[in-house]
Amino acid sequence: MIEAPPSPKPSTKSHLVPGNSSPMVAVRSLAKKIGEQEILRGVDLEVTRGETLAIIGRSGGGKSVLLKHLVGLMEPDAGEIWIEGQNIIGLTERQLGAVREKIGILFQGAALFDSMTVAENIAFPLREAGERNPKVLREKVREMLDVVELEGQEEKMPESLSGGMKKRVGLARSIVRRPSCVLYDEPTSGLDPVVSDSINRLIRRLQKRLGMTSVVVTHDMKSAFDVANHVAYLHEGRIYFYGTPNQLQQTSDPILQDFLLGRSEGAGD
Amino acid sequence: MIVRFFSALGAPLLAFFQYLGEVVLLAADTFRSIFTHKLRWKLFLTQVVEIGLLSQLVVVITGAFTGAVFAAQTFFQFNKIGMGSATGAVVSVSICRELGPVLTALMVAGRVGAAMSAEIGTMKVTEQIDALRALAVYPTDYLVVPRALAMMVSMPLLVAECIAVGIAAGYFVAIFMLEINGTYYMANMVRWTRNRDIIMGLSKAFCFGVLIVFISCQKGLSAREGAVGVGRATTEAVVNSSLAILICNFFLTMLLNIIYPAGYQ
Ligand SMILES: Nc1ncnc2c1ncn2[C@@H]1O[C@H](COP(=O)(O)OP(=O)(O)O)[C@@H](O)[C@H]1O
Ligand SMILES: [Mg+2]
Repeated sequence: MIEAPPSPKPSTKSHLVPGNSSPMVAVRSLAKKIGEQEILRGVDLEVTRGETLAIIGRSGGGKSVLLKHLVGLMEPDAGEIWIEGQNIIGLTERQLGAVREKIGILFQGAALFDSMTVAENIAFPLREAGERNPKVLREKVREMLDVVELEGQEEKMPESLSGGMKKRVGLARSIVRRPSCVLYDEPTSGLDPVVSDSINRLIRRLQKRLGMTSVVVTHDMKSAFDVANHVAYLHEGRIYFYGTPNQLQQTSDPILQDFLLGRSEGAGD
Repeated sequence: MIVRFFSALGAPLLAFFQYLGEVVLLAADTFRSIFTHKLRWKLFLTQVVEIGLLSQLVVVITGAFTGAVFAAQTFFQFNKIGMGSATGAVVSVSICRELGPVLTALMVAGRVGAAMSAEIGTMKVTEQIDALRALAVYPTDYLVVPRALAMMVSMPLLVAECIAVGIAAGYFVAIFMLEINGTYYMANMVRWTRNRDIIMGLSKAFCFGVLIVFISCQKGLSAREGAVGVGRATTEAVVNSSLAILICNFFLTMLLNIIYPAGYQ
């Protein structure tokens, strides 16, 4: 099962192949249909260890679906997904457990367990990993709440939190076990600019201090430019553009420009 | 014509067998997990309390009024042929073998089965199940195993409670309202009610508990998007559990009657 992923096929015109270090995540010609709808039609993507990749794209374009594939929550119709050199396609749900311990994911809707308090939500991954000492757990939860700037909210239930607070609790839960890679599904959507900025700083800090690899799905171009080493634009089920934020800003491609400037399709001048 | 008939029949039939297969697979997966993975005791005990608490009122009322009305009806018929004091025997044997387990199971399906499918269904549509999986927790271990074990423990207890309440209610109606001789009533009842009647009732209770828990959990786990999806899953869980209970009851009766034959020997 442990073998090097095959070298990427040259795909879309602007798809740059990242450096030669073994990738944290490699996706090869991933295709997925849900019902009659072709959501992904051959996605090729690599995430280098330690970098932050931003995935941008239109709403409903399949970004969340792509993220779920990366941790085996959905099964593709075709293609391969390599996590640290291991192909996860065809692994059973229990075998995927080991892969999932390496990768944290923040869901678009936070997906907090609504029968548990904030503290229990954050402590959940630690408890499941076998940590039983209440003092250690309490300390860890306090530390994580500090990180996401929600001090003193331990005993709240998820239903009494605002959308942005849920997001941050979800974020705390997904990083509490210090995974080597975190997938963020729209971490800053629905947050005010100040909190958004603190989340962006947090993502950068995790990358710098802990060397975490991050994949950030976002609508927020400022946040993409802020945190990302590379940007991938998912368009009609494929990676239409892959490059650095600078390259993206200087692009003259009409489709990308429409997206960057927020123009609806076919709008003149 | 015939081909059309069978192809029209084919799709729903196939869907039905696929559904049956999913329930059986979930059950198999759960039993495998019970024997190979560590039980989460806290979740198990929480479920026992939950099932017990949710069911107390319905079980007591079901038992009491079934026992009462059954005693009255039996007496009205038996009294005509001068066998009024046999009422106790008929009431106790039928409550043990049929009425107790079936009615309790139907009530528990409506109360506990609905709650289970709604809770799991809500977790499904709000991505909480995906979150469990993403945190390397196997949903069957975490959600289904504690509920299944709690149900297997609780159902026999609830049915025993229902039987006891039913027999007591029948006694009160017979003695204080219908004025049957209490001594004869008790003597007949004890003479005709055997351990095997009680064992049969409790065996049925166990089987019905298994049916309810797997049908309800499967419906919850496969709930479709949105509040409508959860509502539909809940309704279908209750209806399917109830039908399964009634159908299996017949076959269980035939099977268990071979092992524990009815009647005085
Ligand atoms: N579980 C699902 N069942 C059916 N359709 C789905 C499901 N998940 C996503 N889709 C569909 O896939 C498409 C892409 O969704 P998504 O990945 O959430 O888009 P986004 O890029 O906004 O995150 C949407 O049209 C959505 O309706
Ligand atoms: Mg999305």
